Amino acid sequence: MHHPGTNNKVYKKINENFEWSSENFKKISEIIKKYPSNRIQSAVIPLLDLAQRQNNGWLSKNSMEKVAETLSMSYIRVLEVATFYSMFNLEPIGKNFVQICRTTPCWLRGSDKLSKVAQEVCKTNIGGTSNDEKFTVVEVECLGACCNAPMVQINDDYFEDLDEESFKKLLQDLKDNKSIKVGSQIGRRSSQPERKFDA
Amino acid sequence: MAGDHHNPKENLMLKEKDKIFKNLYGFEDWKLEGAKKRGIWSNTKELIGMGSEKIIEEIKNSQLRGRGGAGFPAGLKWSFMPKDSGKDHYLVVNADESEPGTCKDREIMRNDPHLLLEGCLVASFAMHAHTCYIYIRGEYYSESSNLQKAIDEAYENNLIGKNACGTGWDFDIYLHRGAGAYICGEETALLESLEGKKGQPRLKPPFPAGAGLYGCPTTVTNVETIAVSPTILRRGSKWFASLGGSNNTGTKIFSISGHVNNPCNVEEEMGIPLKDLIEKHAGGVIGGWENLLAVIPGGASVPLLPKSICDTVKMDFDSLKEVQSGLGTAAVIVMNKSTDIVEAIARLSHFYKHESCGQCTPCREGTGWMYRMMEKMIDGNVEHQDIDKILDVTKQIEGHTICALGDAAAWPIQGLFRHFRPEIEKRIEERNKKVA
Repeated sequence: MHHPGTNNKVYKKINENFEWSSENFKKISEIIKKYPSNRIQSAVIPLLDLAQRQNNGWLSKNSMEKVAETLSMSYIRVLEVATFYSMFNLEPIGKNFVQICRTTPCWLRGSDKLSKVAQEVCKTNIGGTSNDEKFTVVEVECLGACCNAPMVQINDDYFEDLDEESFKKLLQDLKDNKSIKVGSQIGRRSSQPERKFDA
Repeated sequence: MAGDHHNPKENLMLKEKDKIFKNLYGFEDWKLEGAKKRGIWSNTKELIGMGSEKIIEEIKNSQLRGRGGAGFPAGLKWSFMPKDSGKDHYLVVNADESEPGTCKDREIMRNDPHLLLEGCLVASFAMHAHTCYIYIRGEYYSESSNLQKAIDEAYENNLIGKNACGTGWDFDIYLHRGAGAYICGEETALLESLEGKKGQPRLKPPFPAGAGLYGCPTTVTNVETIAVSPTILRRGSKWFASLGGSNNTGTKIFSISGHVNNPCNVEEEMGIPLKDLIEKHAGGVIGGWENLLAVIPGGASVPLLPKSICDTVKMDFDSLKEVQSGLGTAAVIVMNKSTDIVEAIARLSHFYKHESCGQCTPCREGTGWMYRMMEKMIDGNVEHQDIDKILDVTKQIEGHTICALGDAAAWPIQGLFRHFRPEIEKRIEERNKKVA
C-alpha cells in the first residue's frame, strides 16, 4: 500500500532551494526554547513539521538539509527521523491530503466503502495523486477517533461520522472549492451518545 | 442546563456527582473560565500544601491504576522517583493515543484541558519535577491547539510558570507534537522520540525513574491518570476507592466503538458489566444483544471475547484478566454477527506490521509473516496445520522483544483461535472442497 509518508526514497527537485520564511524563522526560536539548550535536537520533529508546511505538505532533500543545518545535526539523523514517522511525506502530494482510516473500528463501520468513494470522486488510486493535483488519497492506520467512525483526515482536520453519501458530498465540495464543515458530519458534539437534544 | 444532557436515563451506575470529567463532550466552555466554574484550579495551592509524600500516599490509597493500558499502580510508580538525585526531574504525559479503539484522551484534551494541566502541576510537584512535557500524537491537530491555548491561559494567570499558583514552585509545561508512530506510545520509545530520534524502545533497566528523558529521572504517565489525580486529592482517596471494586477502583472513560447503535465515550464506574455498558450507554448492539458475535474489551492489543463471556463479564482489570483478556485502555470494540471475524483480526495484524519499529527481529519479521498468514486465512487458503504453526509463531514473538508491541501483535491472534478456531477450520474445508 503506497503512502508518501512510508517512502524511503529521497525525492530531489533540480535547482530547488529551501530557506526558512521569516515567519517560520521566528517560530523556530520559540520552539527551541522548549528544550534544554544542549538538547535542541529534540526540536527535530517540530522543525520537520514546519518545513513540511512551508513546502506544500512534503519534505524535499533540501528542506531536510535545512533542518539539519538549523539544529546542527547530521543530515542522516534528520533523514532517519523523517522516514520513521508516517506524517512526513517524502514526495509531493495534492492540495487535499485525504487519509482514510482503515483499522478495525473504522472498517466495522464501513471505511472500505469510503475508500471506493474517494477513488471515484478524486479520480485516483489509493496512494496516488489526481491529475489536477487536487487530491492525494491514502489509507492510514488508526487515527484515534474510533467512537466517530468511520472517519478521514484531510490535511489538519478530522471529518467524522461519515457515510458514503456525506463523504461523496464532502469531496465534491472540496473539488468545487466550496466551504466544508469540519468534525462530525451528523452534527454530533464530540463523541456524545447520539441523541436528540431539547435545548 | 447543558449538564442535564449527559444523563437522560435513570439508574445509571455512576452518579453525576461522582463524575470527574464534567465536560467530556464539550457542551460547556473548555477554556479557563469554564474550567474554574467546574472547580478546576480552585484550591490547587492547598493540594500542593499537602506535600509530596502525602500526595503520593493519597494516590496510593486511592488504588488508582494507570489508565494507559498496563494498569500499573499509579502511586507506586510516582514513588519510584528519587528524592535527591541532583538532576532535573521530568514528568512526561503520554498523549500519543493510538491504540485502535481508543479515543478518550482526545476528549479530555480538547474539552477539558485544564483538568490535565492542573494534574500535571500536582503530579510534577509530588515527583520533584519542575518541567513537564506533554507528548501528543501529531494527528491530533485541533486537540493540540486547544491544549496550547489552555497552557497559555495558565501561564497568563500564574497558575503555572514561576511560583505556580503562589506555591513557590516553579513549573513549566511544554507541548510536543509527535508525527505519526504508534510505537511512541511505549514510554521509552516516546522518550527517544522526544529527544529527537526514531521512536525505538530502550532496553530496561535502567527504568525511566532512574534514567529517562535526557538521562534524568522521568515518569511517563497517561493523560487520564494525570487528569483524575487532582480530583482524587480534593475528594479524598476514600471516595475514589469507594467506587468500583478492590484493586479496581474509581471511574474510567470507556470508548465504545464498532457495531453499536450509539458509539460514544462515557465515564463509568470500574467494574460495570460489559452488557450494561453497551446497552445503557451505547444504545445496544446493532441488531440486538443476541446478534453479538464478539467484543475486544480493551483496545486492539487484548484478546477478543465471544458472546458467551460478554454476557456476564465485568469491566475491570482483574475480571478481564480472569477470562484471558484485559482492560487495556478500556476501548470496547463491538462486533455483531455481520462481522468477518477473521478479517477483523487480520486488519489488526496489518496494523501491527505497519507499526513495528523494526528493532527486534521476532517482531519485525513476525508481524509481517503473521499478517500474510492471517490474510490467507480469511479465504481459508491455508492448511490445517498452519493454525498450529501461526499459534507457535505468536508464542515465539511474545516475550521475546524489547517492548510489548510484539506481545500486542500476538494476543489478538491467540484470542481469535482460542474462541473461533472452528470458524477457520470450516473455511479451510470449504475451500478445499471448492478447489477439489
